[in-house]
Amino acid sequence: MNGLLDIFIKSIFTENMALGFFLGMCTFLAVSKKVKTSIGLGVAVVVVQVITVPVNNLIFTYVLKDGALSWMSESFSSVDLGFIGLITYIGVIAAMVQILEMTLDRFFPGLYNALGIFLPLITVNCAILGGTLFMVERNYNFAESVVYGAGSGIGWALAIVLLAGIREKLKYSHPPAGLKGLGLTFVIVGLMAIGFLAFSGI
Amino acid sequence: MKILRNFLDKIEPNFKEGGKLEFFYPFYEAMDSFFYNVGAANTGRVHVRDCVDLKRNMILVMVALAPCILFGVYNIGEQAHLAGGVMTGWRGDIVASMGLTLADGIVAKFVYGLTWFLPIYLVIFGTGLFWEILISMIRKHEIYEGVFVTSILFPLIVPPSIPLWQVFVAMSFAIILGKEVFGGTGMNFMNPALIARAFLFFAYPAQISGDKVWTVVDGISQATPLSKFAASVGPASTSFMDAFLGRIPGCIGETSTLCCIAAGVFLVMIGVASWRIIVSCLAGMVITAFFFNILYANGICEAPMCAVNPLWHFVLGGFAFGLVFMVTDPVTGSQTDTGRWFYGGFVGAMCIVIRNLNVAYPEGMMLAILLGNIVAPLIDYFVVEANVKRRSARYA
Repeated sequence: MNGLLDIFIKSIFTENMALGFFLGMCTFLAVSKKVKTSIGLGVAVVVVQVITVPVNNLIFTYVLKDGALSWMSESFSSVDLGFIGLITYIGVIAAMVQILEMTLDRFFPGLYNALGIFLPLITVNCAILGGTLFMVERNYNFAESVVYGAGSGIGWALAIVLLAGIREKLKYSHPPAGLKGLGLTFVIVGLMAIGFLAFSGI
Repeated sequence: MKILRNFLDKIEPNFKEGGKLEFFYPFYEAMDSFFYNVGAANTGRVHVRDCVDLKRNMILVMVALAPCILFGVYNIGEQAHLAGGVMTGWRGDIVASMGLTLADGIVAKFVYGLTWFLPIYLVIFGTGLFWEILISMIRKHEIYEGVFVTSILFPLIVPPSIPLWQVFVAMSFAIILGKEVFGGTGMNFMNPALIARAFLFFAYPAQISGDKVWTVVDGISQATPLSKFAASVGPASTSFMDAFLGRIPGCIGETSTLCCIAAGVFLVMIGVASWRIIVSCLAGMVITAFFFNILYANGICEAPMCAVNPLWHFVLGGFAFGLVFMVTDPVTGSQTDTGRWFYGGFVGAMCIVIRNLNVAYPEGMMLAILLGNIVAPLIDYFVVEANVKRRSARYA
């Protein structure tokens, strides 16, 4: 139990996807203009992450890992399908996002419209793939992968909502012409990352 | 005084548009408004007709800082004396040339402390002013006085033995990337002095943490009481009174809780600091510290810091200093009254969380305030949204 809590806290604060590893930057920078939209995107990322990381965990444990196929027949026990890992994970993520998109379109049209093009973009959001790859690298079991998926998704969502809050406040700032928009956002993200360093070591 | 006014008036045309020194107008303007009140006053249907403008506001903060500065300078000498240090180098020569030794008392300690504090301050002040003037000339705006406060706050939150080139780098980073890219004073979202400190903290940890840096005596390691608490349980070798008055090793200006309280009362009375933030920050700290005390008593939390009671948390490290001067920063904190309660509480709680759980950073206050700065805009957003919702429900 303690270990799970540890993973959860760590993946939200200490190893924040966006501010610790700088993953998922494209959507992080592009969709953080308004708090409302960024909350929507954050929720979408959490949902996708909670689904894909455990699913990929199952696929990894029972199909891809070295000798994972031995449950089918003894003759498969030397098969290592690890080399098709990347493409499998991406496939799973793409399928999940597609399903999520259809669900949103059907039941939450407002959120669906607000997210627009960015929902399909989650497919190629490196934070999502990063979550899966970290899970594989760290050899999480199923329970851990659920917690890690939730934690890393929440961490990313938290970061983007905070960034959106700051950007809304900085609407009234007066940056040099060359830095307006994206340039300034990069600076903000850097400063936020310094702030989040406070958690490193917890 | 008339001579000065006449002189300023005489050279003014040079700085106006088309004058020879037009480029330097912000510098002239700053000097002029430093010595004299701005002639123009608001009339008609404007709300604000107070004579306290940004400049006076900042100067009042500096007045409030005076006790902290004076005590901090004295404390450098005091700590060197307590550690049994001998004065070395040119600093020692200066004190010796006045016929004094550290054992002689307040004056000698003060002078010796000054020889450490002044170089740091001058480098920081020069750096800040240089960038501020340069950028205000390029961007053609006035010189904002925020830089004066930043450059007096920053030297107070570094250890006295900090290398000068490091404070130069950190100050440049904070002024340019922490403030000027956003448009200068009032536009930034993080406190520049804290950015500078955090920059030092993460870029050059050896010179700003650990136990070698707090006393300006070679080869003496003297841990701050906070890190002593973090290392082991039990009564620290420091007495509570010493910690309260500030006779402990630590960053230059933040050791004396007494001076901070005095400054806090002053700032709240003149309305510069928000009492809501101070009260809620204190409350957040006390509640969180008690919570950890209970966890510790029940054996859930084993870090020695968790056993420290709120009163000690209050007098040790940068808590009191941050509480009075940093959390209350009117620019980077929450802007709404309701938001201020949440913001203050968050910072107070975060400070204890970082101190207690993060073994590497016993001095958690400054990092907690940076986190508070990050969260503040979002708190404001939700407060405003809730307000909008309530009102639209009322008039629906």
